[in-house]
Amino acid sequence: MTDTLPGAAIPNPLDEAAITAAVEDAVAAIAAASSLEELKAVRLAHTGEKSPLSLANREIGALAKEHKAAAGKLMGSSRGRVNQALAARTAVLEAENDARILVEETVDVTAAPRRRRAGARHPLSTLQDRVADIFVGMGWEIAEGPEVESEWFNFDALNFKPDHPAREMQDTFFVEPPEAHLLMRTHTSPVQVRSMLEREVPIYVLCPGKVFRTDELDATHTPVFHQFEGLAIDKNLSMADLRGTLEHFARQMFGDEAQIRLRPNYFPFTEPSAELDIWHPGAKGGPRWIEWGGCGMVNPNVLRAAGIDPDEYSGFAFGMGIERTLMFRNEVGDMRDMIEGDVRFSEHFGMEI
Amino acid sequence: MRIPLSWLREFAQVPADATAEDVMADLVKVGFEEEAVHRPTDELKGPIVVGQVLSLVKEPQSNGKTINWCQVRVVPEGQEQTLAGKGIDPSGVQGIICGAHNFVEGDKVVVTLPGAVLPGDFHISARKTYGHMSAGMIASVRELGIGEDHDGILVLSRIGLDPEVGTDAMSLLGLYDEAAEINVTPDRGYAFSIRGVAREYAHATGTSFVDPASKVTVPASLQGGYGIKLNDDAPIYGNPGCDRFVARTVRGVDPSRPTPPWMVSRLRLAGIRSISLPVDISNYVMLELGQPNHCYDLDKLSGDIVVRRAVAGEKITTLDDKVRALDVEDLLITDDSGAIGIAGVMGGANTEVSDSTTNILVEAAHFDEVSIARSRRRHKLPSEASKRFERGVDWHVAGVAAQRVVDLLVELAGGTADEAGTDVGIAPDAVTIELPSGYPAARIGIDFTEEQITGSLEDLGAVVRKDESAGSYSVTAPSWRNDLETKEDLSEEIARLVGYENIPATLPVAPPGRGLTRTQQQKRRVVQALADAGLTEVLSYPFVSKATNDTFGVAEEGASRTAVKLANPISEEHGYLRTSILPGLIEVARRNHSRGFRDLAVFEAGSVFLPDGQLGTPSIPPLGIKPSDEVLDGLYDGVPNQPLHVAAVLTGHDSPAAAEHKPRAWDWADALDVARLVGDVLGVELVVSQGSHQAFHPGRAAQLALRSGAVVGYAGELHPKLLAAHDMPARSVALELNVDALFEAAPDVIVAKHISGFPVATQDVALVVPQDVPADAVLAALREGAGELLEDVALFDVYAGHGIEDGKKSLAFGLRFRATDRTLTADEASEAREAAVAVAAERFGAVQR
Repeated sequence: MTDTLPGAAIPNPLDEAAITAAVEDAVAAIAAASSLEELKAVRLAHTGEKSPLSLANREIGALAKEHKAAAGKLMGSSRGRVNQALAARTAVLEAENDARILVEETVDVTAAPRRRRAGARHPLSTLQDRVADIFVGMGWEIAEGPEVESEWFNFDALNFKPDHPAREMQDTFFVEPPEAHLLMRTHTSPVQVRSMLEREVPIYVLCPGKVFRTDELDATHTPVFHQFEGLAIDKNLSMADLRGTLEHFARQMFGDEAQIRLRPNYFPFTEPSAELDIWHPGAKGGPRWIEWGGCGMVNPNVLRAAGIDPDEYSGFAFGMGIERTLMFRNEVGDMRDMIEGDVRFSEHFGMEI
Repeated sequence: MRIPLSWLREFAQVPADATAEDVMADLVKVGFEEEAVHRPTDELKGPIVVGQVLSLVKEPQSNGKTINWCQVRVVPEGQEQTLAGKGIDPSGVQGIICGAHNFVEGDKVVVTLPGAVLPGDFHISARKTYGHMSAGMIASVRELGIGEDHDGILVLSRIGLDPEVGTDAMSLLGLYDEAAEINVTPDRGYAFSIRGVAREYAHATGTSFVDPASKVTVPASLQGGYGIKLNDDAPIYGNPGCDRFVARTVRGVDPSRPTPPWMVSRLRLAGIRSISLPVDISNYVMLELGQPNHCYDLDKLSGDIVVRRAVAGEKITTLDDKVRALDVEDLLITDDSGAIGIAGVMGGANTEVSDSTTNILVEAAHFDEVSIARSRRRHKLPSEASKRFERGVDWHVAGVAAQRVVDLLVELAGGTADEAGTDVGIAPDAVTIELPSGYPAARIGIDFTEEQITGSLEDLGAVVRKDESAGSYSVTAPSWRNDLETKEDLSEEIARLVGYENIPATLPVAPPGRGLTRTQQQKRRVVQALADAGLTEVLSYPFVSKATNDTFGVAEEGASRTAVKLANPISEEHGYLRTSILPGLIEVARRNHSRGFRDLAVFEAGSVFLPDGQLGTPSIPPLGIKPSDEVLDGLYDGVPNQPLHVAAVLTGHDSPAAAEHKPRAWDWADALDVARLVGDVLGVELVVSQGSHQAFHPGRAAQLALRSGAVVGYAGELHPKLLAAHDMPARSVALELNVDALFEAAPDVIVAKHISGFPVATQDVALVVPQDVPADAVLAALREGAGELLEDVALFDVYAGHGIEDGKKSLAFGLRFRATDRTLTADEASEAREAAVAVAAERFGAVQR
């Protein structure tokens, strides 16, 4: 390139060989430029005012008139080639430069900080929603009621006789003074009574909620726990409808393989009454039946208490514990984990169960 | 109820190889629940044999004790050759060291030989002790796990036994027997007996059953016995307290007779301790037939027995030697001396049989369920007798049970029965139920055959008559099934005996529903939004102390802090129901802190209990009838207000520390932000004002209200003293909202707003106002003054200090103006800004910087 530097001989714009040589020099230099800075220097050397091609171009003005056209054409195409080469090389080097900057900006994505706190639902609350959704999908409605309740709704309306041992077996929290006949509901069944009083038959309601018993807290008992109870009142309902409903629910909840079993039992509010077991193939210690809840055909006295004629309508009811469901479904080993509020318990579940 | 299998086998066809587990599995099918298995051989293994003490040498020891070096024959003479390899001396006589002294040479005792295992996993082996090789142990009842007697080893003659040496002592003592324990539902009093359970076992297995009552021969009539009078002048619900009383006399009972081991064994397996022969017989008959009964020492009775209610101030000393003040509703057994028993609950101490009793009066009576239940509750005396009476006892079995007690006293205790006896009372009418033929099928969903219906009911002991013309059955329930009253009850029995597993499954279709109610959806949205925002949902108990409620109660000036008090709380510290969710959350936060988690954001949605006005109702209506609207309204109104609250507590930092990330400490504004989030998801604006609440920092609490002015909650920094008291990090913040009130305030229909495409004109303004002027109020003034061109206004800076007069602060607001129909000129925007500032200036003396 030294021979093209300023001070070197100015090529004649009619000397095609010399001009071509200058062009080739320029193209070679452009190709050899390895960075945008080098390219800038090359550009100045080969296309700047003092470059051989510029100087040769300037010579055209001094040429005889008849030679000007040929020289102009030669110089035009020659400078065009150089500019084209420059543009191409610039594009390549710029792309390389951009890529290098991006590479240099690389971070370790695995070291990303977690800036947002991950929240969580309590699994009992999530499970309660899921159960409700299954029944809503069947056309049932969700009913709620107060946790401190009149004794009548909790017991008498449900056919608990005033002096019957069944009434005591509920281990009830009573409100002071006892003469006010208020208590903390021992089951969500009072909501069933309220539903029957407030709604028109046919009635298909699910009543989830908190219930209270005077149990001391240990691995399997808690004075505060959650239930969901279902109630259907319609014409011609039988125990087969109860079984069908429970089976459907069990399959929605635990999959198509779920099986249930009914065993005779006693509850004042149902006659016949049954204990509901669910087959738990994945139970610790091998597959077995797990006691899941109680159910039965609504006792006519309960319908009468709500002003429904038991000769015209019949109904079924069932109730299960949500804690118990969570315990065997999700292998929660200790009741205390559910109620102590250790954030690790909820956070382990996140938004799901 | 515990069922010894040997006893059950007397009346039901239990396979010889059936275990207690097998029996329970069968009983589960007919509605009992499995409780436990009681099997001595789970803990006790032979060889355990009868031995005879041939010699006994007392050897004083250096520690002051004296031990006995005994030679005990454990194999009958002449059979020694059968012993090869059994750890027994070829002579058939074992040398055994024994520390007890209650036996002598010649006594027959129980010897646990090497290889035996006793309860507590105690393995017997030959071992060197006190200078001898002791090859076994002479056992006490305690060591065998069959009694609590500490007095020494079991001498067989003292329990009336004289078996051959070498006899298997486990068999002798009934230790190969086992019991199935089942849970009996409260409607089935009859199943608190071997009689009832044997019948149910027959139902469950389809085998035959012998009624134990049928094995007892009862005289056709009883006359001339002890004088008994039934004088109930205050029946409960019109039912006389006692409607049958059978009294029988047995004389010349030998008080020295021990209870035979088979009876002791069955009682023990049934969970009842052997006391004395007459008492054991009484308990035995109760367990067998389900009829509680009582033995009086006849010589301690004076005058006729009168069954009556107690009189005011009357007292009794019961069998447990406790003096009990009686209530006028208590039904008593009395004689001339006064009360000698609380009927059906517990006998009196003065007339009980003792170790010198020879003449016995046997009582088998029938008492009213309610009367017994109330006395039992009143005196907190849950006895075996009261348990049965309050669930219902067969009226007709009283005479049989009395006879059975008499027979056993004669047979085992050497007594002689008087011919004369007493049986007073009136039999209740048998209950006859009309059962329409198609009803069981309609109720259960099984197409029962006629044989299934009549067969099942007859198996129960019912008498069934078919009334062809009426298309129904007339069913007379057996006397021991007081729980059978309606056609529903009979349907259950038929289903139970045919088997619940035969019930088919059909799915009823509910009418079209409305889905979740608006409130239910709102609640879900709030809970989910808080979790999505990074808070963790927890649950806490609603039980708090009075002091806690006072701290977290309603803050309104002068409002009385009433709360629901529990009559029987778990503890006094938890005697009230919460009026706020915060105490539970603070407890949760504290627990998490103690487990090493200081950065928290926890929330709970739950009811609080705010009594207002009438609490409960002085009485409640009866069952089985719909109360009048007026009575129902009373019941509804008596239930305290229980709104749904949501509360959250934030402590420490907003996120975990990490490389390139500095967590931010939660502050009071975060509490407000969370509260606003709840308002936002419901579409309800929360009006914030400076608040005052005893649980919060006095200067950093926001009161949250609806547009209507109704206060719905608080948010801010918790009071430093409260935080210190609960060992909580400083600057922890909290909020609580009555979300029921928010649900109600949520808009029904939101009217759309026109969206303008014209450009925005922004203007900033800094206003200097006195320190105590709330920013929110200035903002409201600006909004009001700016007029309808104002699209939005936001506070972006608060400054006090250099350049600002003392006692004042500078508030900088950004205002965004936009017109719906044109591009605003700069002049129009400035004019609107000046109008806004003018209102702030007028209202608060605000001056533009």
